[in-house]
Amino acid sequence: MDVRVYITPKKGILDPQGVAIERSLPALGFDGVTDVRVGKFIELQVAVPNDTPAGDTRGEVDEMCRKLLANPIIEDYTFTIDDA
Amino acid sequence: MSGNGHRPARLGICVFPGINTDHDTWHAVATFAGAEPVWLWHKDTDLRGVDAVIIPGGFSYGDYLRCGAIARFSPIMASIADFAAGGGLVMGICNGFQILTEAHLLPGALIRNIGLKFVCRYVDLRVENAGTPFTQAAEPGDVLRIVVKHNEGNYRVDPRTLSRMRANGQVVLRYCAPDGTEAGARTGATIGGSSPNGALDDIAGVCNEEFNVFGMMPHPENSVEAGLAGGVDGRVFFRSIIDRVRDSAVAR
Repeated sequence: MDVRVYITPKKGILDPQGVAIERSLPALGFDGVTDVRVGKFIELQVAVPNDTPAGDTRGEVDEMCRKLLANPIIEDYTFTIDDA
Repeated sequence: MSGNGHRPARLGICVFPGINTDHDTWHAVATFAGAEPVWLWHKDTDLRGVDAVIIPGGFSYGDYLRCGAIARFSPIMASIADFAAGGGLVMGICNGFQILTEAHLLPGALIRNIGLKFVCRYVDLRVENAGTPFTQAAEPGDVLRIVVKHNEGNYRVDPRTLSRMRANGQVVLRYCAPDGTEAGARTGATIGGSSPNGALDDIAGVCNEEFNVFGMMPHPENSVEAGLAGGVDGRVFFRSIIDRVRDSAVAR
């Protein structure tokens, strides 16, 4: 399975990188940009047996995110799973 | 044996790959007559009968993913979590603090410094709670001058937890001006002032609710010897732990 995990700073959590980028864009003539948030994008290949229910794979990826890939105190995450 | 007839307090110093202040911390502990440093290795699960655990600073696992995120799953961390659950004293310095937040042994998280720069300089710290096992040798309001050296020291926690922490006295150290003022004055939205990193409420060090786990971003182990650059303001943390260990041994 082709798994793509998107991690972003939680709403309300300060994102110093996002702020710096937001301040830089007007200098290049890109006006009207707000709410810049810098996160992470992680690609994973997950081997699952053919008869695995989709819900089980989702549950497993969700657990990976909660335990290691994201820190739920400061980050939100979403992910997609595709047959590779 | 130490001079006062008690056995020395055994302070475990936990080493992960990429930690770089382990020997500084060992040296700091060794400057106390009543203490004996003991190495703990990340792949072990045996805490070797130590009386307290110190997780030193550095860049465990290259700070990959998030600072402390990978070290948190080392075998020794399960033992340290059990030790803490049983009331054992655990202190994390800098990366050690980050590891303890990732392990959920301390509330909150440490994110990128607000100025996006690695900060290496002296800071002034106000002791907000001198009743903890880690600060009991200080007086409330004492101002300590020691160094920070970090890129991710910007303390963040949700508002509800923060107000509970404030009410409980879990905010143990705040960055302040040299005269002790300004601590807590800023919200973390600006650069400069006394906070080197934009930490919420100028927080430099926190305890858990049970006050047996403590984390701080500044490096007390670099301020333990008179006559050397660095001063001696870091001694109070080690003194506190050693005294607490001795007092609880007497109580038993």
